[in-house]
Amino acid sequence: MSTQYKPALHFQHVDYRIGDMEILSDITGSFPQGRITTLVGPSGAGKSTLLKLCNSLISPQNGEIFVKDKAIGDYDPVELRRMVGMALQSAPMISGTVYENLNLPLDLQGQQLAKEEAIDLLEDVGLKGDLLDRKVKELSGGQRQKVSIARTLVNKPEILLMDEITSSLDRASKHEVEELISKINRKYGTTIIWITHNLQQALEIGDYTWVMMDGQVVETGESSLLEDPKNDRVEEFVKGVVS
Amino acid sequence: MSYWALSLTLIFVLIPLVLSKTLNLGLGRDMTVATIRSIIQLLAVGYVLKFVFDSESLLYIFLMVALMIVAATHNAQKKGAAIQGITWKIAVTLIFVEVLTQGILIGFNITPPTAQYIIPISGMVVGNSMVLSILFLNRFTAEVEDHQDQTELILSLGGTPKQAIHRQLINSIKASMIPTIESQKTVGLVQLPGMMSGQIIAGADPIQAVQFQLLIMFLLLTTAAVTSVFLGYLSYPTLFNKRMQLLKG
Repeated sequence: MSTQYKPALHFQHVDYRIGDMEILSDITGSFPQGRITTLVGPSGAGKSTLLKLCNSLISPQNGEIFVKDKAIGDYDPVELRRMVGMALQSAPMISGTVYENLNLPLDLQGQQLAKEEAIDLLEDVGLKGDLLDRKVKELSGGQRQKVSIARTLVNKPEILLMDEITSSLDRASKHEVEELISKINRKYGTTIIWITHNLQQALEIGDYTWVMMDGQVVETGESSLLEDPKNDRVEEFVKGVVS
Repeated sequence: MSYWALSLTLIFVLIPLVLSKTLNLGLGRDMTVATIRSIIQLLAVGYVLKFVFDSESLLYIFLMVALMIVAATHNAQKKGAAIQGITWKIAVTLIFVEVLTQGILIGFNITPPTAQYIIPISGMVVGNSMVLSILFLNRFTAEVEDHQDQTELILSLGGTPKQAIHRQLINSIKASMIPTIESQKTVGLVQLPGMMSGQIIAGADPIQAVQFQLLIMFLLLTTAAVTSVFLGYLSYPTLFNKRMQLLKG
């Protein structure tokens, strides 16, 4: 991984198990601050587990994770999770309106999101402001995903974790979301860690890439590594042999 | 009632046994065991109550109520096995509800502090509190499992465990209280409560029977509300660790 950027997140010999099953093994590496790093690899490689570790929704059995040079365990979990935002593929919503969902992060802090700000957020993610009072159960999959991203942005996170957020979107929406994430990255210097199955997306959007397989990081570097992998298993994966 | 008349009541056990056999319901064994157990348990309780009433000893009253709480706790804890330390949480809840209700009844001189009142009322309070605990725990464990993604969503946005579990907790409290509230809405119209019916059959004045029934119904409403809220707020913190992570399984 590149050394010219300060690490926003650093993993040091991290293991994670569920019972006797090893999910992640000896993960070591850094995610450069202010850059977009994509996580690619076959299903079951441990990518989503790694994101949950970054947000402290789970903790490793062994090893250390540092967020901006401070051990993750030294952060107050609430403070950390506001700093490290997360958007999931399933885009879970609380029942109610789009506004209630956008207001959720501030509501948890006893504050309220101004309607104008909520409309701006919706427009930022490519949705119309008049969706604000719409019930979330009436939204399409793509609209839900965009509302989920907008909701994550309410906390103004310094690090943004995204788990397959464009996999359920049509081509146009996918492009809009890619543009949006690039814009957030450029405008606010937000560090982005993005799980994707789309290698073309990883090449176009990501500055760096981690390739994960069987709970291990098998190759890391600039995203261009996907065009010329050094590791045989990664080469097989890129050619679509390993799915 | 004569012993002959009492024996004839077994006809009401034979009818479901015949139905079970005819329709292959497979409930014959369970119903037989339930019948034998109820005969033995109630006869034993009858003799124990007679002894306690005659002795007028506070120690025996205390022991009777303690026994009810231990038995009810043992029965209810099976439904909350996924919640750490559920046995003592149920026990504390039942003790709290019993102390609160008896405290109000005796403190305000609503009922006299004698075994004749304390034991039957405690039986109803502890029994209902046990059923409420089971209803609450059933619903709460299902809610937590079904809405794990919402709990983690709120945690991931910087919410506290209490905020993350709030909806599931409230839904479970409401759901567990619904049977009590609904049965009170139709009381007297659809059904005559067992205690009131028993008093009337035994020759008591119906108005006095109604007065006692009202007392019991209001008491059970408090029992329902306090049990589910108290048990809920005792239970939810054990679903999370110090790092505010949802513990699974």
